[in-house]
Amino acid sequence: MSRDMMSAFELYQPDTVEGAVELLGRFGAEGWALAGGNDSFDWFKDRVKRPKYVVDLGGIAALKGVRETADGGVEIGALTTLTEIERSSVIQNRYKVLAEAARRVASPQIRNSGTIGGNVSQDARCWYYRYGVDCYRAGGNTCYADTPEGQNREHCLWGADRCVAVSPSDTAPALVALDATMVVVGPGGQREVKAEEFFIGPNIDIERMTVLEDGDVLTAIKLPAEWSGARFYFEKVADRNTWDFPLVNIAAAMKVSGAAGAETVDQIRIVAGAVQCVPRRLTVVEEVVRGQAKTADTASLAGQSAVRGATPLNFNHFKIPLLQNLVMRAIRDA
Amino acid sequence: MADNTTGRGYPEPRFDSFVSKATSRRQFIKGVIFSGAAVSGGGYLLSIAGCSGQQGSAGGVERLLTLSVNGQMRPVDVLPNETLAMTLRYKLGLTGTKLGCDRGECGACTVLVDGVTNYSCSTLTHAVRGRAITTIEGLEGPNGELHVVQQAMIDELGPQCGFCTPGQIMSAVALLNEKPKPTRDEVRHALSGNLCRCGAYDHYLNAVMRAAETGERVSQA
Repeated sequence: MSRDMMSAFELYQPDTVEGAVELLGRFGAEGWALAGGNDSFDWFKDRVKRPKYVVDLGGIAALKGVRETADGGVEIGALTTLTEIERSSVIQNRYKVLAEAARRVASPQIRNSGTIGGNVSQDARCWYYRYGVDCYRAGGNTCYADTPEGQNREHCLWGADRCVAVSPSDTAPALVALDATMVVVGPGGQREVKAEEFFIGPNIDIERMTVLEDGDVLTAIKLPAEWSGARFYFEKVADRNTWDFPLVNIAAAMKVSGAAGAETVDQIRIVAGAVQCVPRRLTVVEEVVRGQAKTADTASLAGQSAVRGATPLNFNHFKIPLLQNLVMRAIRDA
Repeated sequence: MADNTTGRGYPEPRFDSFVSKATSRRQFIKGVIFSGAAVSGGGYLLSIAGCSGQQGSAGGVERLLTLSVNGQMRPVDVLPNETLAMTLRYKLGLTGTKLGCDRGECGACTVLVDGVTNYSCSTLTHAVRGRAITTIEGLEGPNGELHVVQQAMIDELGPQCGFCTPGQIMSAVALLNEKPKPTRDEVRHALSGNLCRCGAYDHYLNAVMRAAETGERVSQA
């Protein structure tokens, strides 16, 4: 129980983005940007990560809220809670896949304080990494999960590169499917990053899950008008109906034409989560399905194409038929 | 015999880590309060955190704040790394809120912040400084009459050991405040962030459905 008390830190509560960026720039590697805290406090209570300075972004009103933009899209403040996104009528009416994804995150209490910005920039959940051992992701030179007896049922099917942890977010695949753009403010000013490029794998930097570095703040997520009101599908499979991270999840956005029962998929973006260290855009499935009739046959072919090249570890073979079936359902049932 | 026995055959407990032998009880308590720890049973958790008694660096949060809890304004000295659960239990004496896992994975610590459920173990007290906090102790009426959900828990034998019960009740109260006549599935969903190791889930659902059925508009918690 005594390990549950977090190590001491100084707490700062700026009320502007500029103030937060200035503080985080000053603190560098000893600073920590805090949103809802649902990821951060686990690290702090286990004493694995011990920043000296914590900058609480929760008081910055400009980072909260869902607003429709002049170009026909929607902009979501990074500190908007998952509950607010789940219940937003704008998101439900126009970008339902994101509301469905937000609804499946964790538990109601966590959704009430957890933020979309935190959910997409959360750290890997590999239990060896979380335990605090000196693995590659922690700056060491070993991996416990990618071994013959390592407990790796939750780990990746693709992209293994010294680290086999997966992207654990439910909202991230939905945002990639929606071709969202992340707005980041850092010491060098503001920049926009496509959702697909926001998430990075160990081949780029094994110690980070996203492009965010010390001093950066994710301020907003923009959803383009292009995919507003499209046909959507989201499904998450996890051990329990609540709390658990996905074993595999799927998010799809489609433009469909034709009469009911004889539809054609004109355009599609489909993304799988928890099978790779980043949300995996299933480009092969997209090529297979684009321009085809939206039938059970197409769906079945799509499922088979989705799992080509998957390299299972010793305990996560089940993810292959699971992903195949989720892709099939997405194409067939959207 | 060692010089710290009192004739009862076992030594007096020693508090060397906190105070020298020459300090009186009054001085000890003052010192403990000044150093930001708490005097109550679990307070040792706060004092071993390595926090000094001095004010933090310029620009950091002010340690003394006034928290709105159950309709009362409570002044309290709060460390930057202190969770709401710790403050409620060890500094404000409100031990109805329980610590089960302290990791946001069980729901025993559920309280309401501005009427919305929240894991108090995973919330910094400083982050909810200006908000209205409601704990299980705040549900009873002005004359001590039980909240309709509390009464329903008794009538339907909701709890077994009772440890998850405060958290379950807070989740139920938040639901009924927003949706006075939920379906059983909606109650299931609303209480999905509260675990019960005794497995009394069905009894909790019965109790909440009964509270809803009682028909009274539950007062704003």
